Amino acid sequence: MSMDRSDVHHAADTGEDHPHPKHELGYYAKRIYAIRDLLIEKGVITQDDIQRQIDYQEARSPANGAQLVARAWADPAFKKRLIDDPKATCAEMGIDATSINEFVVLENTERVRHLVVCTLCSCYPRPILGRPPDWYKSLNYRSRAVNDPRGVMREFGQELPDEVEIRVHDSTADMRYLVLPLRPRGTEGMSEAELAKLVTRDSMIGVVDPLAPQ
Amino acid sequence: MARRHHDMGGLPAGPVDQTEHALSDWEILADAVNQALGEKKIKRTDEMRRAREDMDSELYRSLSYYERWIASMETILTEKKILTREEIDRKVAAFEKKWGEP
Amino acid sequence: MEGPRFKPGERVRVRAEDRPGHIRTPFYVRGKTGWIERVYGDFLNPESLAYGKDGLPEKTLYLVGFDQKEVWGQYLAGSQDKLFVDIYDHWLEPA
Repeated sequence: MSMDRSDVHHAADTGEDHPHPKHELGYYAKRIYAIRDLLIEKGVITQDDIQRQIDYQEARSPANGAQLVARAWADPAFKKRLIDDPKATCAEMGIDATSINEFVVLENTERVRHLVVCTLCSCYPRPILGRPPDWYKSLNYRSRAVNDPRGVMREFGQELPDEVEIRVHDSTADMRYLVLPLRPRGTEGMSEAELAKLVTRDSMIGVVDPLAPQ
Repeated sequence: MARRHHDMGGLPAGPVDQTEHALSDWEILADAVNQALGEKKIKRTDEMRRAREDMDSELYRSLSYYERWIASMETILTEKKILTREEIDRKVAAFEKKWGEP
Repeated sequence: MEGPRFKPGERVRVRAEDRPGHIRTPFYVRGKTGWIERVYGDFLNPESLAYGKDGLPEKTLYLVGFDQKEVWGQYLAGSQDKLFVDIYDHWLEPA
């Protein structure tokens, strides 16, 4: 997700040197530039406020979550703390989760898998995982994850036997859910950095298990 | 009981499209302006959600994610009398002149 | 505020209510019976915050569990599968 900051900064002022001419922007795209300029002119927010939010979001990525998961796999005491007090435990790892109201970690086991959705909106643990993927926000995922979780998982390449219980969480309120995936077999002795590479974004939403070691 | 357009859990729907698109500048800007307004406590996510839920249903389904965000931001900012639609229209018209709208 | 109205393990029914405006209880779960899985504590009421009001009084938020087969008339495979929804106190009644 690359982003030329200078372009956002000056996008409303100059249409040159941009791959997509500004006049081709859609109705709402034009309006956000207008809203931005008016809010700054009226002193409601500043360009710095906006830039700070861009920088904050760019610093968030599934790598943060993967770091938490790998540490939890490697260190049982850390895992316990992560489940008991996720926000404080994030701070311990230098991950700022203070903007989340409440943060809940759902631990997968051999018998149980969790899947997270927000049917009413698109709530997502952004401070931990960054902006949500397009599919998570899609109307089809929001419609089907609650009553066809196994079908959705199958589309992502995961087929689970009936004996494994699926627990879908619809995050309708202020709780933000992160799935702590099951540590793959054959990873004994791997370092935290190696383990973190197996932890995909989708495995922390719960549609699939983490990658298998090579 | 009536089901409103945003409340779609359990409705029949097709496969989940896993294609990702790289965010455009205007989408990143919409995201950041929204977060900045939240940080300043000028609006709450709850209000933005209400505005999206009250949109015309056809429009809700036809707009992209960040288009819905922009539409709801405009609703809340005008409702709070921070901006007016006319101001936004005038600004857009000025951009179009500058950007060379055909 | 007094303590929470429900305890973990208690059976609850979600109100089959229809009210206009912003609500946080999905359509599919209204009128369904489940159990209190967890008590999350008291939170500002989003159904008031959505209109620029103060969100008071706070409402207790529960994690409510449902058997998938209870929620959907037809649910294929995975007979033990469950669905969990965050539901505010005023949407719940004893079952």
